[in-house]
Amino acid sequence: MLATLTQAAADSFQSPSIDWHAFAPELVLIATIVILVLVDAVKLERARPLMPAIAGIGLLVAIIPLATLAAEGGTRSLFEGSYVVDSMSLVLKALFIVSAYIVVLLSTNYVAEGDYWESEYYTLLIASVLGMTVMASSRDLVGIFVALELLSIPAYMLAAWRKGDPRSNEAGMKYYLMGVFASAILLYGFSLTYGVGGSTRLTEIGRSIQEWGTDGVPVVTLALLFTIIGFAFKVSAVPFHMWAPDTYEGAPTPVTAFLAVASKAAGFVALIQVVYYCFIVRPDIIEPVFWVLSVASMTVGNLIALRQTNVVRMLAYSGIAQAGFMLAPFAVVASDPSASLTALVTYLVIYAAMNLGAFACVIAISRKTRSAEMDSFGGLFTYMPGLTAALTLFLASLMGIPPLGGWFAKFGVFAVLVNADTGLGWSLAIIMAVNTVIAAYYYLRVARSMWFDDVPEGVDAVPVRTPAGITISIAVTMGLTVLFGVLPAAVTNLTDFSSVAFGG
Amino acid sequence: MTDFLNDWGLILITFLPLAGALVMLAVPKESEETQKTIALVASGAAFALGVAFLVNFDYDSAGVLQYVVDREWIPIINSRFILGIDGISLPLLALTVLIVPLVLIYSWNNIPSPGNPKAFLSLILLLETGMIGTFVAQDLILFFVFFEIVLLPMFFMIGVWGGPDRKYASIKFFLYTLFGSALMIVSFLALFFMSAEQTFDMRILQDLGGLDIARTTQILIFGGMFMGFGIKVPIFPFHTWLPDAHTQAPTQGSVILAAVLLKLGTYGFVRIALPFLPEGAQWWAPIIAILAVIGIIYGALACLAQTDMKRLIAFSSVAHMGFVMLAIATLTDFGINAAVFGMVAHGLITGMLFFVAGSMKDRYHTLEISRLGGMLVSAPKLGWILGLCAMASLGLPGLAGFWGEFPAILSAYEPAPMLNEALFRTLMVIAALGTVLAAGYLLWMYQRTSMGTPPEEFADDPEITDVNTAEWISWTPMLLLIVVLGFFPSLIFNMTNPAATAIAAAATGG
Repeated sequence: MLATLTQAAADSFQSPSIDWHAFAPELVLIATIVILVLVDAVKLERARPLMPAIAGIGLLVAIIPLATLAAEGGTRSLFEGSYVVDSMSLVLKALFIVSAYIVVLLSTNYVAEGDYWESEYYTLLIASVLGMTVMASSRDLVGIFVALELLSIPAYMLAAWRKGDPRSNEAGMKYYLMGVFASAILLYGFSLTYGVGGSTRLTEIGRSIQEWGTDGVPVVTLALLFTIIGFAFKVSAVPFHMWAPDTYEGAPTPVTAFLAVASKAAGFVALIQVVYYCFIVRPDIIEPVFWVLSVASMTVGNLIALRQTNVVRMLAYSGIAQAGFMLAPFAVVASDPSASLTALVTYLVIYAAMNLGAFACVIAISRKTRSAEMDSFGGLFTYMPGLTAALTLFLASLMGIPPLGGWFAKFGVFAVLVNADTGLGWSLAIIMAVNTVIAAYYYLRVARSMWFDDVPEGVDAVPVRTPAGITISIAVTMGLTVLFGVLPAAVTNLTDFSSVAFGG
Repeated sequence: MTDFLNDWGLILITFLPLAGALVMLAVPKESEETQKTIALVASGAAFALGVAFLVNFDYDSAGVLQYVVDREWIPIINSRFILGIDGISLPLLALTVLIVPLVLIYSWNNIPSPGNPKAFLSLILLLETGMIGTFVAQDLILFFVFFEIVLLPMFFMIGVWGGPDRKYASIKFFLYTLFGSALMIVSFLALFFMSAEQTFDMRILQDLGGLDIARTTQILIFGGMFMGFGIKVPIFPFHTWLPDAHTQAPTQGSVILAAVLLKLGTYGFVRIALPFLPEGAQWWAPIIAILAVIGIIYGALACLAQTDMKRLIAFSSVAHMGFVMLAIATLTDFGINAAVFGMVAHGLITGMLFFVAGSMKDRYHTLEISRLGGMLVSAPKLGWILGLCAMASLGLPGLAGFWGEFPAILSAYEPAPMLNEALFRTLMVIAALGTVLAAGYLLWMYQRTSMGTPPEEFADDPEITDVNTAEWISWTPMLLLIVVLGFFPSLIFNMTNPAATAIAAAATGG
């Protein structure tokens, strides 16, 4: 009996033809993970200095197939449309891999000097990046969930990497519990979605939802709500943001940078996949839900950020507020879907550059001040003017002051909101304008203590050397931030998705 | 020469100061003389280009944009890199490139505490690029970018080199202006999406004249711009950042703020808000006029109550910008001419007043009016210069201030036909009363600070010296211009008239 069944299964199973080229970036990352594990197993302690180099090279090599895929152009659809490599997923994969490379540069000294486990750190980091790249291509509920777990579980461990420090343990634990909770909600949403759509493939679900029309509204609404809430945890949108400040503050700062940029972007990518390929036919639910999330995130994030005295914690809350800005295009998604998508992805790319830069500066400065408290940054301008100026420019970019990249990110969002010409769009544009001003205040407070205040007592006002890795990452992110601001075409050429087709 | 100016002139004049600032970053902090020289050379080169523009400008067609540069910039939103100048931009451009080198000369031996000429001077150059760019940009987004660039340098100038309350003043300045600009960018976008052409090109937008935008929409969009430009001017209820910023800023910052930065707002009204949204402008004009006149009277009364000389000059700015706004609100060519003249005159005169106040502060270490006195005895030349500027500021005929104020008042006698004549004539009378108050507070201030005998504490103070060489070099051009423009106002009116006529025609839908 069993034998015949397996025989029948084996006969009916046909190995799908795999487009290895389309998979190449992921394969390179998998190979990097394998090499990291093997080198660690063979050379033991002597492997430590090699680890960041191997991880960095692996990430750089992964960019090569991305470039060749981009050069060939076109859309590659694998596994009957469950896994799609198109211009959007390539941009996002490049975003993840480059961000991770910068995080590796930032981590090199931090991890080595802190005497933390090194091999495992980089292995987990690359595994998480692998999950993100998979996420960028998944057009299937199962694929999305697997990618989400693959990128999250290593991140839980990385957050707790400073084992000796209870704060770091708290960070990892909180992140883990909240993350698992979010996954559970998400799975519930997915199961409802599957029930509604009758398939795990997003495009087919989208088609079914369209056929349902307005029948079965409660089920579709619930499916959508649970799914969005699951991802809202990931992008730290209010009211699902509670984990972010404690996790950001407690985690090693390079990991915080990784969570704040790459992990958050991955959450947005998941939202894009689900909203654009599955639920786009129901803007009547999507738009108000995202309006509320967006307004709550930017307002609450900003107001709490005003009271922070720790720069990393402030950046965490500012990240929540920025997530609010990024959620805004979803609130007008029906008017011009591809313009909204362009605005969002443009924002993600620019945000990655400027936020990584800000974290790089904070890491470099904390090497001197031994703290990220705002007071300890006092008078920094007098003895470390270069880093002061760099951090000031990144903060100005986060504020949205031209000619730094941030202005164009915000501008793009304003543009889709105004263009939609709906009540939701106009109200959101005004709320966003007000929030821009509130945000400026706390960014300026950091600038203020660095430039205007005196050096705090007991600090010897002698600059410390900044490691080359951090200097390079500041230079790269600064170059990109200025480039995106002065010539926004540099990023919009990549994020112009007007030709991409959505929906079922 | 003409070809060169045509192709590269405006690009160079805009970005030379920025290039200077970048070169300064590469030079070590210790070689202060080199830093100062680079800054002066960069802004001097911009000044030379400005002179070349003044000489080569085609005054017969001053109503048309000249030296236009038009390049691709952000294709996805159809925004282009367009620069150009006409009769309205030119005087303001000339004012900017004149004031900045003078400020740098003034700073030569006079970097405010805590020093660091490298940072201080490169911030001034960055400011210059922003200011020049705003006056020459002919694309709304480009205009916005330059308009915003000035924020950060000014913030740091006030915050690092300012007086005791500098932290509060700098952040107040920044947040006020940022709020205005956030609303401004929303209205720019609205203008873009509502108009038939979907363009940010200011030349096309002026030709369209808001034709295809409904009246209510125009009023709303104008409201956003009103906040953006009005806070910068500043118009009456939004002026509270100005006295703080001026009082706390270092002398150089105050001069630049008064002479050029405030003009970005009024220029925005003239260049963008009025011609692009005529029906909005007509609805808002009475409101602007009323607020402007409130500003004139309120500013003057506030001046009478001030005990600090710098704060007094700051409030007098509120009053003077009120005259400019009143003239703009008439929506006539006469009014716009008066407004542009008023901007230049106020830039020169109030800039000079802040220079003198700064020099007095260096000597007396206080600007408390009640403690000062007898400057005509202890530093006679400085005293006479202050007297001349005070006279110019109160609008004495024969000096530039007169032509800024008198035509502005006169223009309210006959506003554009669609506006309420009775209202504007009433406002005219009230504004005229404002000039009496101006004479009052300026003469009273002059009397208390310069006449009589020096008070005991300053009687034999060796620090109270007369005008020194650097001050003479930086002040003479401004003083000369105040007198020359007082006698030959047509120098500017000839430039502005054709452009002002075009803008007034657009604003009244004619």
